[in-house]
Amino acid sequence: MGAPHGHRLHFHGHSPLHRAPAHLKVAGLVAFMLVVVATPVPWVPAFVGYAGVLAVLVALSGVPVPYLARRMVIETPVLVFAALLPFIAVGPRTEVLGLSLSEAGLVAAGGLVMKATLGVVASLLLAATTDPRDLLAGLERLRVPAQLVQIMGFMIRYLDVVTDELRRMRTAMESRGFTARDPRHWPVIGRSAGALFIRSFERGERVHLAMISRGYDGSVRR
Amino acid sequence: MTTPVLELQSVAYAYPDGHQALFGVDLHVHRGERVAVLGPNGAGKTTLVLHLNGILLPGRGTVTVSGLPVVKENLQEIRRRVGIVFQDPDDQLFMGSVRDDVAFGPRNLGLRGAELDRRVMAALDMVGMADYVDRPPHHLSFGQRRRVAVATVLVMEPEVIVLDEPSSNLDPASRRELADILTGLDVTLMMVTHDLPYALQLCPRAVVLSGGVVAAQGRTIDVLTDDALMKSHRLELPYGFDPHTC
Repeated sequence: MGAPHGHRLHFHGHSPLHRAPAHLKVAGLVAFMLVVVATPVPWVPAFVGYAGVLAVLVALSGVPVPYLARRMVIETPVLVFAALLPFIAVGPRTEVLGLSLSEAGLVAAGGLVMKATLGVVASLLLAATTDPRDLLAGLERLRVPAQLVQIMGFMIRYLDVVTDELRRMRTAMESRGFTARDPRHWPVIGRSAGALFIRSFERGERVHLAMISRGYDGSVRR
Repeated sequence: MTTPVLELQSVAYAYPDGHQALFGVDLHVHRGERVAVLGPNGAGKTTLVLHLNGILLPGRGTVTVSGLPVVKENLQEIRRRVGIVFQDPDDQLFMGSVRDDVAFGPRNLGLRGAELDRRVMAALDMVGMADYVDRPPHHLSFGQRRRVAVATVLVMEPEVIVLDEPSSNLDPASRRELADILTGLDVTLMMVTHDLPYALQLCPRAVVLSGGVVAAQGRTIDVLTDDALMKSHRLELPYGFDPHTC
């Protein structure tokens, strides 16, 4: 079960950033990301400026840096892809530590890492300073289609339920001597992922039954 | 005799895969009654419950709720009249806060504003959960979630409340608290359960569903003390429990 306050991505606090209306924060995040993505990679001072803005906001929010850092593992796949770019990109090549790397690939990888990191930090900051329910209300005020907001609401509601179910399945497997150590065990993990999917799907059906039993006809009314 | 709140006439139902669950169920529940539906696993209890508010429509036979037949055109009104509390509160509570969850049903009926707030708070008061109105449901204990699930149905001011395994997974204190709440409600009650002492405590009348038909019905105490009947339908009292001494 989660912490007594809010969601696990949410860091409880009362900073100006916490108190700002959710729809303004979402709009701010989207604007910031558009500017970051549109900035040409060689304009390094601009990126330093963006990072500075984020650093000020983080300091203002009072969210501890290690808290954000731990959650940045989400960026790992992007970093892996960026690390591959200099090897697989074409064009003029250069020698770095005895490796032949693509110059265009190096530039693209650097740009990707800078932009992705700025985006991830900004998004984590939004999540950390905004209660998920306020976030949904903010999205609604921004006229995001109601169906999408509903789906996100269900995701937040059932995230804990599903991770709990996953934890129980793992406990049950480990209780019977299973440990996932080498690739021979991967099929078991695959099957349990399938079982989790089916369980979640069935829960979805039961929730739907409970909804239509209370007169639901396709739209959550406000 | 007055119109029964629930009236089932030779209701039969087979699932699309061909498995037949109900073979002609006849059942009456009158206003103010509290009825337990007992039966072994696979007797068709859940299928029966899903017929009461038109989630499933009978292949043969009819279901009426206070005289109103359960057919497509009446479903909205039927679902206001029949409140079902499902077994897993995590299925029943799907919104971000207790308030939104309890308000979900009446909102679908078109209620808004002060009247909606009044109804939500009144329903939560009845189950003793008014202090938790702004909490997310997944941060409540299991017993509290079950009580909020009952409130999500009470708020519709239904004519009959149907509970599927209301005592499952509750600790003894939560189980008793729920019993106190349910006996205090001025509403017709039907509960499907394997918890025979709970049935005896809460419901003066019991119906035994077995093999897709009503195999027996009568006073709960008479059903539970009829050893031959109990045995033939795989019903067993918990060890050490004697209905005569309750």
